[in-house]
Amino acid sequence: MKATGKVFKYGDNVDTDVIIPARYLNLSEASQLAKYCMIDLDPTFVQRVAPGDIMVAGTNFGCGSSREHAPMAIKAAGISCVIAPTFARIFYRNAINMGLPILECAEAAAAVADGDTVEVDFETGAIVDRTTGKTFQALPFPPFIRKIMEADGLVGYIRSKGAGSHG
Amino acid sequence: MAMTMTQKILARHAGLDKVVPGQLIEASLDLVLGNDITTPPALDVFAATGVQKVFDKEKVVIVPDHFTPNKDIQSAEQAKKIRLFSRAQGLVNYYEQGEMEMGIEHVVLPENGLVAPGDVIIGADSHTCTYGALGAFATGVGSTDMACGMATGTAWFRVPSAIRFELVGKPSRWVTGKDVILYIIGKIGVDGALYKSMEFTGPGVAELSMEERLTMANMAIEAGGKNGIFPVDEKTLAYLEKYAPKRLTAGNFRITRADDDAEYEETHTIDLSKVPLILSFPHLPSNAKALGTFPEIAIDQVVIGSCTNGRISDMRVARSILKGRKVAKGVRCIVIPGSQKVYLQCVREGIAEDLVEAGAVFSAPTCGPCLGGHMGILASGERCVSTTNRNFVGRMGHVKSEVYLAGVPVAAASAVAGHIAGPDEIGAEGEA
Ligand code: SF4
Repeated sequence: MKATGKVFKYGDNVDTDVIIPARYLNLSEASQLAKYCMIDLDPTFVQRVAPGDIMVAGTNFGCGSSREHAPMAIKAAGISCVIAPTFARIFYRNAINMGLPILECAEAAAAVADGDTVEVDFETGAIVDRTTGKTFQALPFPPFIRKIMEADGLVGYIRSKGAGSHG
Repeated sequence: MAMTMTQKILARHAGLDKVVPGQLIEASLDLVLGNDITTPPALDVFAATGVQKVFDKEKVVIVPDHFTPNKDIQSAEQAKKIRLFSRAQGLVNYYEQGEMEMGIEHVVLPENGLVAPGDVIIGADSHTCTYGALGAFATGVGSTDMACGMATGTAWFRVPSAIRFELVGKPSRWVTGKDVILYIIGKIGVDGALYKSMEFTGPGVAELSMEERLTMANMAIEAGGKNGIFPVDEKTLAYLEKYAPKRLTAGNFRITRADDDAEYEETHTIDLSKVPLILSFPHLPSNAKALGTFPEIAIDQVVIGSCTNGRISDMRVARSILKGRKVAKGVRCIVIPGSQKVYLQCVREGIAEDLVEAGAVFSAPTCGPCLGGHMGILASGERCVSTTNRNFVGRMGHVKSEVYLAGVPVAAASAVAGHIAGPDEIGAEGEA
């Protein structure tokens, strides 16, 4: 699977409170949440984002609250993939569990600029900045996590294991 | 290979003799927690799993605490959704507003005897790490993990490596566990413990009350930690005797000690006697500064409460400073006990009366302003000293408002002074 899109670039420690502020957490539908994605950090993000676009950020992306509304809002806003040197651990789990591709790659996160067009291959972790021609290699997922991603998230994974049988 | 406390607990729950950092395991769960914000999306995921009944109706806990008593129609609809689910599933530990077991999730779970040493607990709330204070492995997860945990009683984990905090010495007067953890986060940064356990050890642990340990473990996530964990000692056992007598007498818990030769990525020695009163400046918990090292900062609001500092000892300290004094003109001081039990105790001990006489708002338990929900939202340009755990941009209201994190003594003294101040500045003697 591949994605190509325009880059929205942000700094270190982007927290889930700015990705989707608590005042919108009385909503739980992805399409509703997407309308307010990044509003406290980049109020025009929602108007500018197009399906397939890519978010690139600094270290510790998604820190703070455990709200799955954050990756939900990002995914529903049309972002195909988030690239950062490191992710906050709950955000990392949530993204994997819901099938939002995230790639850990410090080099790409540093070199790629806002507005660049970037191509990502999720299977190999290869990242190409089409604007500058530079290429990067993200860390591949461990096999267990790849299995979850292949099952389109944790629900698909536990269904495939037949966990429903004891229910 | 020798293991840390966390690694041993995880290994036991995965049915393995040993685990190593980085290993992916599937562990059985002793408790699965959700709240009024994270449970609604989890219910959709739970439905998608195809499982009809939760794995154990005593081990799934749902606490409507964030926007409750409900602040608007949409949040009321969400609360209704989880109420109906809890009823349909026959959940033993679903609490309604006003019930004696009710309050902020991380205050009530230990209080209601649902947490014991050696447990593995996941919660769809990042501050689930609070329960590490009791020697349990507890970590925050998202709604999908919560849903799958409810369905299967298991969750996947990457076994964490650990950072050890060797606590020595005794805290000085007015310095609390809150200052210690803000000091540590200031030292290692908001991602200083990313993916790792924060294991607190050393003779200094004995100097910290259980409530202070809960405060410290609560904030492990603010350093990026997977969990924070304390060893079990006499104070832990005394706490269990009071709050979880059934599990104590049934022997239904397990004290876990780290191996002597367990490996840690780093060890930090923290001399508690050298920890000053701390404020974490906007907009990161790691912007820690010692009181007295910055010029006077006027404030508009003080919040005392939350899962970090909403316990009875916090209320007692607040009273010891506010009693007989007045909240400064122009400052709103909002005190929110963390649970109904704490609230009732405040009424019984006359704390409620003293706080109200001092000019504070005294509210029923809720997360409220901690996450910018209700009960004290900040306008643009306003400043608040808060005993909560996060001061991110817009966390308590307008993106141009500011939150300064502190312990209860500084928060209460600041309410009286009208600017950021310590108890000594206002001449408080207190009962510290
Ligand atoms: S008090 Fe604050 S940090 Fe604690 S659970 Fe509630 S919103 Fe979260």
